[in-house]
Formats: sequence, C-alpha cells, structure tokens
Amino acid sequence: MLDTELAIIGAGPAGMAAAIEAANCGIASVLIDEQQSVGGQIYRDVERVAPLRGAMLGQDFLDGLPLAEGTHSPLITHLAGAVVWQVEKDGTITCSVKDQARQIKAQRILIATGAIERPMPLPGWTMPGVMTVGAGQILLKQSGLIPNKAVLIGSGPLLYVLASQMLKAKTPPLAIIETQTMGDLTKAMKHIGGALRGWRYLLKGTKLLSALKMGGVKRYTGASNIRLEGEGAVASVSFQCGARSHTIPCDTALLHHGVVPNVQISRALQLDHHWDAQQACFSPSLDEWGKSSEATIFIAGDGAGIGGAKAADLCGRIAALKLASELGKLDEENLQQRAAPLKSALLKENAARPFLDRAYPPFKDAQSPQDKTIVCRCEEVTAGEIRKTIALGCQGPNQLKAFLRAGMGPCQGRGCGLTISTLFAEQTGKSMQEIDYFTIRSPLKPITLGELASLKQKDVERLF
Amino acid sequence: MKTASGFNSLEDASGASQSLVPVRFDGQDYMLPEGANLAASLLTAGVSVFRNAPATGAPRGPFCMMGVCYDCLVNIDGITQQACQTSVEANMNVCKPATPADLNTEDDHA
Ligand SMILES: Cc1cc2nc3c(=O)[nH]c(=O)nc-3n(C[C@H](O)[C@H](O)[C@H](O)COP(=O)(O)OP(=O)(O)OC[C@H]3O[C@@H](n4cnc5c(N)ncnc54)[C@H](O)[C@@H]3O)c2cc1C
Ligand code: FES
Repeated sequence: MLDTELAIIGAGPAGMAAAIEAANCGIASVLIDEQQSVGGQIYRDVERVAPLRGAMLGQDFLDGLPLAEGTHSPLITHLAGAVVWQVEKDGTITCSVKDQARQIKAQRILIATGAIERPMPLPGWTMPGVMTVGAGQILLKQSGLIPNKAVLIGSGPLLYVLASQMLKAKTPPLAIIETQTMGDLTKAMKHIGGALRGWRYLLKGTKLLSALKMGGVKRYTGASNIRLEGEGAVASVSFQCGARSHTIPCDTALLHHGVVPNVQISRALQLDHHWDAQQACFSPSLDEWGKSSEATIFIAGDGAGIGGAKAADLCGRIAALKLASELGKLDEENLQQRAAPLKSALLKENAARPFLDRAYPPFKDAQSPQDKTIVCRCEEVTAGEIRKTIALGCQGPNQLKAFLRAGMGPCQGRGCGLTISTLFAEQTGKSMQEIDYFTIRSPLKPITLGELASLKQKDVERLF
Repeated sequence: MKTASGFNSLEDASGASQSLVPVRFDGQDYMLPEGANLAASLLTAGVSVFRNAPATGAPRGPFCMMGVCYDCLVNIDGITQQACQTSVEANMNVCKPATPADLNTEDDHA
C-alpha cells in the first residue's frame, strides 16, 4: 500500500494542473492515469507527439506541453498505465498496473477523470467503421492515422477541430453532416452577450469555419433521419436536410454530439449528483472549490461539469489550493489571495458556455432513438425493447438491468446509461432527477483473477 | 479478410521508422510497429472486425478508442483485453474473443 497526502485520479489538464499547484504548496501527490503518459484527452501523449505533428494539431494542443513538463517534479509521483477500478470513502484506491493490483491510501482524493462522449445511438451505429469523433482525434494524435473516406456526423466544436486538422493533413473529410438547426442558433443568440465576453472562442470558431470553407469541406446543417448503412461494415450514410435526401458513400463515419462528465467513480462512491438541464447531463454536486458531498473527496475538470481544457486547468488549481489549506499547508488569507485570480479567470472562461450549449444541442433523434436502434451496445438491447419494458411498468434503470441486461455488459452502462434514463423520463413524464441513473458498483472495469490474486488476502476480503 | 485499410498513416509519410514485429491476428501474420497502439495498428493493417457481439454475433470494431465502449475486445495470449488500451509487443497471439455461441458449439462437439 502506497501512502500519500493527495491522490489525483486522471492526468488531463485538471489533474496535471492540480498536481503542479499542490506541489507549489509543498504537497506530495500521486497522479494516477490509465494511459502510459500524461495529457488526458485534449493533450494526449503531448510530450511525445508535439515534435512529430504539433504544427498540424495546432496551438490548442501545444498548450499542454508546459503542463506535462510541470508534472516531472520530485513531489509528483506519476503512476502510469494504472486503471482505477475501486475508490473507497476512507481514501483507499485500487488500480491495476500491468495485471497487478495496487493500492494507494490517500488523505485526500481529487477525481479528475474528465468526460466521455455523449452516446449517439443511430441506426447502424454498431457497425465496424463507425466510430466517434473523439476516437478520430485519438487516432490522429496518438498514432498519426487519418481515415481516407470519412464523414463527420453530429454537432459541436469538436467536429470542426478534427475536420480542420484533417484538412491540414491533406485528407479532409468528405462532408460534415451537422444536426443543429437555425432555430438552435436563434435560441443561442439570446446568450451572445456571454459569448462575446468569451470572444476568443467565437473568434476561434469563425476561423475554423472559414478555413473549412476555403478548404472546400462540404457542410450540411439541420440534418435529420440519419442512417448508417452497409453490410458488415459502414459503406454509406443517408440523411435528410429539409425536403432533400442525401446519401454519401464512406469507409468511416465519426459521430459526436457533445461530451458529458465521466461520473463512474463519483457514482460508485454514491456522491450527490444532479441533473444539469443546460448541458443535458448528470453532474456531481460540488461547492465552489470542487468539494463533493464527501468532505475528503474533490472533483475537478470536465468530470465536474463540461467547461473545456482551460477551465479544467483552473478548476484543478482551485481545488488544489483548498486541499492545501485543509492539509495545513496554506493559511486562509493566502488561500483567498491565490484563488481569487483563478476564480475570475474561470468565470471568463465559462462565459461562452451558455451560447455554445444552445447553439450545438444534442441530436434529438439520438436522445430518443427509433425502436429498432440498438441502445446498449454490449448486450444488444434496442430502444423498442426498452420502451416495451417501461410500458410494462418497469420501475427504473436498475430494474431494467435485471429485465434486459442493458447496462450489465463490460462498459457498465457508460454507453447507454444516459439514453436509458432519457427514455424513462420521456415515457413516464418524470424528471431526469427523479429517474436518476444506474447504480454503479466496483469493480469499475472488468478485472482478471490474476489481478485479484495479486492483492493481499485481507485486502480482498475488504473489497467484497 | 479485408486488407485494404481505410486509414492513411502520417508516420509513413514522414519516414519515421519504428521497428516492426510479428503479431498474429486470427491466424494471419502481420508486421506491426513495436510499442504502437494495438487497435490503431490493426486498423492500419486492414483489420476492421475485432470481435463478434455476444448475442447476435454481429461484427464489431473499435468505436471510442478511449477505453469506454469495449468493442475493441480481443483475446491476447489467452486474456481478453481492450486493444485500444494495449501496445504492440513482438509475437502477440491475438484472436477474436469467444462468444457464448462459440462455447455452445464447443459443447456440442464434446
Ligand atoms: C475523446 C475526446 C477527445 C477530446 N478532444 C478535445 C480536443 O481536441 N479539444 C478540446 O478542446 N477538447 C477536447 N475534448 C474535451 C476535453 O476532454 C476537455 O476539454 C479536457 O480534456 C478536460 O480535461 P480533464 O482534465 O477534465 O479530463 P481529461 O483530459 O479527459 O483527462 C482525464 C484522464 O483521466 C483518465 N482516467 C479516466 N478514468 C480513469 C480510471 N478509471 N483510471 C485511471 N485513469 C482514468 C483518462 O485516461 C484521462 O487521461 C475531448 C474529449 C474527449 C472525450
Ligand atoms: S475502442 Fe472503445 S474500449 Fe477500445
């Protein structure tokens, strides 16, 4: 068992910034991540990748370099390739490193596990060749791979980011099929004031869009009735824009309609969560410092609510300062003084969110999929089967698990949980808060007997 | 077996050389870059089906590339693992993980 003052789970911008800020206050931390190198989703593997293709990935990617370099501090122990599968309220963290289970005992825990892509169940989305835009980004960043004949489908800035990177690499997507409508933009305009305060985002967005236009990337907006077609692998996508139908042949279709907090660990800890209507997701309930309903556990970054990389960095630092004060390394006056500029920067950073969230809302057809569409990829359960079970009087997501096995597969409901809660709310008229979400239990990721065997007998007994 | 890959590798274009090591997938031999992401390397080599879904046997391949979806599950030297979270090592013996249907057929033969 490794003892530490502070354990940070997740080495993205939030976790890296928190570890650095904590080190500045004299706190030693263990920074745990399942990836082999620090960076998280946006700055994935940045130290290795920046010299290879930093120019193509752009400044937003290179911004991660100083953070990654900052984690090489004697006060920060980076536990790489460590998959966390259990966290307990007493500060015990169990993870697997190369088939060996390891335990860490921390006085305080910061969860910085980021976001996952919002599930986007569409007809045909389980076929090989259909992936997420995030997956497209990871292939490009980590492995230097670009799909030859790809379409990007959905909504949100990440579509433009990937398309422009592909364009720079001289393999632009065949088309971007966007689901947001003019009506969404009109609604978003009411929040343009905030967006103007966060003008950098607007400017970046406009620059991206004009680069795509100059590059001849075809965009369709207000798309509906989207179907992925093919025999055994995706071969085309069909959709409608207004009265016109379109079919585009493709090898790869990349889906995306936003990201949502990865709440797997906070849910398993049974921390308080609430439904965030504006971002259409469940978020952990936190105070201004990121402290959860359990006093020794903090959450920062996209896992606390979607804000993007810069906001994640700031939240990580703010949480680290408060943790330092609670660990007796920072007095109240210093805490307030050092936190004040970070808090005002965070306000500015979040100013554009209300506009972005409304301009690029989730795709309705994917939130409430057609009956034949598979919702739970692991157990192959369709929306129709789920609706039928709800109509029979099924009481909620947890009971549905028992009836249909939806959410019982290896992904533990990461890919279907939100859709299933939404289907319940839609059919019963109850609120999302009332319906709530699957109960999540450890182990958070499937583990092997060998991993269990590598723990001491008394630790194993404590786990179950 | 699909061989033409749907992906372009920038690494090849930039001439970056990584040593290639033999990896077997479903009985076929491939030379893959040592230490590279296994899912990405198999996709580049033209493999698109990594496993079959347990209930219907429908073909599946990597979807999220970040360890969330488990559609990249493969059997590596006897242990079922996520290919997107694994690095290429020399002489890995990789195959599609068994589905309940496979196990039933095995029983039938017994
Ligand atoms: C696939 C994907 C791609 C994205 N690309 C971009 C982009 O290009 N540009 C952009 O502006 N935004 C992007 N985003 C949004 C981006 O996630 C955030 O803006 C930012 O990365 C959030 O930082 P974070 O520190 O909160 O979390 P992240 O950067 O997501 O870091 C979380 C870390 O936690 C680790 N982790 C999670 N669970 C466990 C566990 N159980 N055990 C061990 N480690 C764990 C992960 O490996 C990861 O490294 C992307 C999001 C996703 C999901
Ligand atoms: S591709 Fe989703 S877990 Fe590997």
